[in-house]
Amino acid sequence: MTTAVSTDARYDCIVIGGGHNGLVCAAYLARSGRSVLVLEAAARVGGAAVTREFAPGYQVSSCAHLLHLMPQAMIKELDLGAHGFKLANAAMPTTALSLGGAPLALGVGDSGDLTGASRADTLAYPAYTARLRRLARALHPIITGVPPRLGTDAWSDRLALLRMGWRIRRLGRADMRELLRIVGMNVYDLLEEHFDTPLLKGALGFDAVLGTNFGPRTPGTVLALLYRLAAHEGSSILAQPLGGLGALSDALATSAIAAGATIRTGAQVRRISLQEDRVQGVVLQSGQAIAAPVVISSCDPKTTFLGLLGSNQLDTGFVRRVSHLRSRGLAAKLHLALDARPTFTGLAAEALAGRLLIAPSLEAIERAYNHAKYGEFSAEPIFEITVPSVSDPTLAPPGKHVLSAIIQYAPYALAAGWDRQQQHFTDLAVDVLERYAPGLRASISCAELLTPLDIERQFRITGGHWHHVDLAFDQFFMVRPVPGAAQYETPVAGLYLCGAGCHPGGGVMGAAGRNAAQQVLKSGAR
Amino acid sequence: MVGSTQDSRRRHDAIIVGAGHNGLVAACYLARAGLDVLVLERNAYIGGAAVSRKLYKDFTYSNCSYVCSLLRPEIMRTLELPRYGLQIIPYEGGCTMMRNGGHLALYDNHDALRREIARHSARDAEAYDRYARDVMRQCRFIKPLLMREPPDPTSFKPRDLGELLYLARRFHGMGEERMYDTLRFWTMSCADFLDEYFESAIVKAHFAGSSIIGTALGPRSPGTAYVLLHHYMGDIDNTVGAWGFARGGMGAITAALAASFQASSGSIRSAADVREILVRHGRTVGVALADGEEIHAPIVISNLDVRRTFLKTMRAEHLPDEFLRQVRNFKIRGSSGKLNIALDGMPDFPAIPAGSPTIRGDLHVTDTIEMMERAYDDWKEGRWSRAPYIDMLIPSQIDPTLVPHGKHYMSVFVQYCPYRLADGEWTAQKRAAFGATVIDTIAAHSPNFKDLILHAEIRTPWDIENEVGLTEGNIFQGELTLDQLLFNRPIPGYAQYRSPVRGVYMCGSSTHPGGGVMGAPGANAARAVLRDLRKAH
Repeated sequence: MTTAVSTDARYDCIVIGGGHNGLVCAAYLARSGRSVLVLEAAARVGGAAVTREFAPGYQVSSCAHLLHLMPQAMIKELDLGAHGFKLANAAMPTTALSLGGAPLALGVGDSGDLTGASRADTLAYPAYTARLRRLARALHPIITGVPPRLGTDAWSDRLALLRMGWRIRRLGRADMRELLRIVGMNVYDLLEEHFDTPLLKGALGFDAVLGTNFGPRTPGTVLALLYRLAAHEGSSILAQPLGGLGALSDALATSAIAAGATIRTGAQVRRISLQEDRVQGVVLQSGQAIAAPVVISSCDPKTTFLGLLGSNQLDTGFVRRVSHLRSRGLAAKLHLALDARPTFTGLAAEALAGRLLIAPSLEAIERAYNHAKYGEFSAEPIFEITVPSVSDPTLAPPGKHVLSAIIQYAPYALAAGWDRQQQHFTDLAVDVLERYAPGLRASISCAELLTPLDIERQFRITGGHWHHVDLAFDQFFMVRPVPGAAQYETPVAGLYLCGAGCHPGGGVMGAAGRNAAQQVLKSGAR
Repeated sequence: MVGSTQDSRRRHDAIIVGAGHNGLVAACYLARAGLDVLVLERNAYIGGAAVSRKLYKDFTYSNCSYVCSLLRPEIMRTLELPRYGLQIIPYEGGCTMMRNGGHLALYDNHDALRREIARHSARDAEAYDRYARDVMRQCRFIKPLLMREPPDPTSFKPRDLGELLYLARRFHGMGEERMYDTLRFWTMSCADFLDEYFESAIVKAHFAGSSIIGTALGPRSPGTAYVLLHHYMGDIDNTVGAWGFARGGMGAITAALAASFQASSGSIRSAADVREILVRHGRTVGVALADGEEIHAPIVISNLDVRRTFLKTMRAEHLPDEFLRQVRNFKIRGSSGKLNIALDGMPDFPAIPAGSPTIRGDLHVTDTIEMMERAYDDWKEGRWSRAPYIDMLIPSQIDPTLVPHGKHYMSVFVQYCPYRLADGEWTAQKRAAFGATVIDTIAAHSPNFKDLILHAEIRTPWDIENEVGLTEGNIFQGELTLDQLLFNRPIPGYAQYRSPVRGVYMCGSSTHPGGGVMGAPGANAARAVLRDLRKAH
């Protein structure tokens, strides 16, 4: 219907959104010889993988603050090392803090030595982690590849399904049965079968609910845990980039540009334009129209379909599915500028360079989760804490420190309203931290809390959810984000998705970006 | 000891441990196939949880299960249950009473229900057609699977591969879009599923109710949407009475089964407590009763749940360690309570319009999903729900044989009530306090209710376990979650009614397709026994 204003240069592909998935997608397309334009609305690239100065002289990774899902292969293929990417810490240990006793040290990854659990649990731990690792490894190609379609006549889909089945069958009878049994379970029941130390169960269960809309007793949490492990070939080693996650995004951008891509920041897309049901290009907020036969959106599905495209361009069934997508962020981010190095009771000095958890037990996590169901934040929230300045002094002035924490559960749709409750929640969070690290409060010179509402506003993600769309069974894999758009293609010819709202989901992984690029190249669209 | 010496060491073709409805169904099928079958029941009365008990004067309580909802019509026909006295009286509809005095009535008639929903929300009335159609579609897919033995997905045996292929073809036959819908349906929470259709809180709350019955889940737990099927399963059968009362109470079902069984020359011994299923040289030879008497048979079928069967009635040395470990991990947690109340007259429910037929159906008072979810939160903390979900029925309105003239019997099913309390074991006082919570909940909607109470039997999961033998009082003999369904039920690798010991089978709700007064596990188990016998010959 609309006729665009005269166009500028013409590109083979336009990528909307310069988050890490958008950048990965652009890099792979550029390397294959396509002319690519990345349009980022903010002043800098990165999306939710950015480093910002939140207080004068203090930098922090504003959303994601750890790297553990991006495969080594991708880092090598995109030559990120040559483009400025370096790790400040390549193997961070995890410690579960405790108010009533010594903290529990879980070591690095899952093959680390467990210190501080009961004798029985210490004996059971290796077999438990080894089994999960085997199961996760079998799922790795499923988690990182393009989901097959059901019911098509395409041999590629049938083959993919058979390969999936075969990979699971090759686990052997015992492991296969266990996988089929636990894949639908909740992590509370699974951990109850194996362990008795509450703090250990809390720490292990924590990873199953981090970033999700679940409590440990919610069915589907074992799948979330396997997902986390599977992305990394079976175990996830936590790492911290030098300069924060923003440095990773900058390296991705540099790599894409080196391959020939063009990146424009401060360029917000207003809509995706069609002509005769095919993508024609985009129109910016400024009014400028840019033509391209292929548009790949790394924005969340609701923004893409209902915001940028418009429901009148899609059939009602599809629109209904998209509008029903659940995107309710439950994680808040706390940033503290500290005058001194924090001292957590009982914590070994070298452990401060790692990840610290406040998740005293599965029951405590579940109780924290209960509140979120009713639009309340938890009175006793759970935390994933890092003090990145310990490994990366560039983030703070000399002798000073930064504390970065993901806090759950802080629901997007807070019944009492975040505008009025923000300070209260910040104070509550600091109270909890003070209990674990006496003296911390006095050393705070600046505190910033990003609620899911802030994350939505500042990073343009519907619902402030870092997975874009809740990571639940019915919004996963072959139906993520919705059936008919689960292989990065959409019902609109030339329009693709490449963000966290696609398979496999969020977390700084890059798989969605790479898979989307693959699909674009396969279709031969120019 | 006296009367039993002539029976001791007597040989039968098959012994069934437990005269619950599944055990009796299995017994009937085997007897009809010509086997000499003996059913042994610990209690003085048979029926398991499908019983009618006179616990107060002349009032008959269906004191455990209370509606005949899913009894397979094939079973009713084949075993000729109507001929042996079973009469199912259908009941129409039901109602949820709202805290503000309003109500939502449920009708069997699709148009009447649509009009009623429109009273609350016109948009929801429109959506209802779509909802019913989508759920029915899932019912049609599921229905044939109930009476089939689940395949073992890890096996390459022709039977299993064949069954997997059958399932795959059925699934595939739905078409791509429907396949995705089915996957989502089986993994969604009831609350999320309902959110995709309806906007009004009361409509969603009413439909959500059935999704939590007997579970350790809340309406927001993934995996609760598929339970919504139950309400529609009966429609599929086009059988009047697929959803109704058994005349004379639930005991009439098991009485008819027993009569049908005995007409095929089956024998039942009650007050016979099986202490052990005997195993010699790797196979079963029969059972030993608590008093030491041995009864021999090459086939023993247990109607008890898996924990009771393998941990209490068999010796560990006869069973693989890994199997026992998995049995111990089988989740069978009690979450339901029951009150059975004798009333001096019919209580008033001002929220229900006078003369409305819905008062004869199932009555509820939970009017939001949040209320239901908070009730679940209480259970997780080891407390009974402060604002419980209740499923109330007054069957004496339709079946006057249950009570003296002018009086009534009310059955109240309660979610949630824990088997073990956070602050210690159940005591008489705590049980009374639980009962008081439930009675207060009802009284809030019925001003004269308390004055009419003549007697109230209060049952916690602990009571149910002790009386009926259901571990932790779990009414399904094991939770119906994805990890315990189909080829996972009860134990992966042992989902085909056969235990690790030759000759020992399982036929209770711990097996596929699970609980409810369905009879399918019993029928499927009998079929498995007969197939094995044919193969051996």
